[in-house]
Amino acid sequence: MSTHTTITPGDADTPMFYLAEEHHPENGTLLGFWIYLMSDCLIFAVLFAMYGVLGRSYAAGPSGADLFDLTTVAINTAMLLFSSITYGFAMLEMEKGRQGPTLVWLVITGLFGLAFVGLELTEFAHLFHEGATPQRSAFLSSFFTLVATHGLHVSFGIVWLITLMVQVVQKGLIPENKRRLMCLSMFWHFLDVVWIGVFTFVYLMGSLR
Amino acid sequence: MSADAHAAHDALAEHHDGASHGSMRGYLTGFFLSVILTAIPFWLIMGDVFRDARTAAIVVLVFAVVQIFVHMIYFLHMNTKSQGGWTMLAMIFTVVLVVITLSGSFWVMFHLNANMMPMSVHDMNKLP
Repeated sequence: MSTHTTITPGDADTPMFYLAEEHHPENGTLLGFWIYLMSDCLIFAVLFAMYGVLGRSYAAGPSGADLFDLTTVAINTAMLLFSSITYGFAMLEMEKGRQGPTLVWLVITGLFGLAFVGLELTEFAHLFHEGATPQRSAFLSSFFTLVATHGLHVSFGIVWLITLMVQVVQKGLIPENKRRLMCLSMFWHFLDVVWIGVFTFVYLMGSLR
Repeated sequence: MSADAHAAHDALAEHHDGASHGSMRGYLTGFFLSVILTAIPFWLIMGDVFRDARTAAIVVLVFAVVQIFVHMIYFLHMNTKSQGGWTMLAMIFTVVLVVITLSGSFWVMFHLNANMMPMSVHDMNKLP
């Protein structure tokens, strides 16, 4: 921390200032990131509300029960759940300070993430092929907005993951990189939480007649 | 004075340096609970276990809420103590906003839909 260098020894007033300013040294970033995640949560809440309002407006087009292939969704869910637990393993290795295993688990996490995005894109391509495009009905517009926003988050998470892997390879498990990995950990688990809402509210409940 | 402050500062940093950390046991517990809580709702819907769609929807939603709690506790390590309780406070605030957004939207839009039901010619003639 840079604060150690700013203190001039012997000055009676400086330590007071130091205590007031740096009460929570590591906490700031993680709390701030948590608040960002909460604001992201509000974005998803609005998209869920939109889907809840428009999700049954089919405009005489296909409904969720016609379109959704729950087997694909189940595999997708498994991919994201596996990536969550492997990221957890990466964090455990990081706390032990073992760089190699951390990177291995991060690579596995990234591969599960890629599998998720790939499957989702395949599903979208299939829907487009059947004519179920976002323009078809309000249901499909809101469906693509909600699910693609989540998919976009996962995609950016993968970009972030690769960036962090490069940084860990270059600089090692320094405190800065640990902090970054903890932020991405929260982001990744948060996306899994949002996906619980998506597969329940959109896919499972949408498949009900 | 300065050295004391340093020592106290380091002890504080050592004590809670951000989010609480997970353990192998915690992650595995969370994972197995999640697998169960995911598999059951998929089985309920794919196997058409409930004849009534409304019952099925409610049961599936309950499973989702339980699983969200499992993820919060075992993967995101939520507790009332991390960051001096501020993460919990931020989350409670967000949950309140989410509940207002969702319930408010459904409530208002449902009533709008009810008022926008197709009218007959007879109804239309009575309009001012």
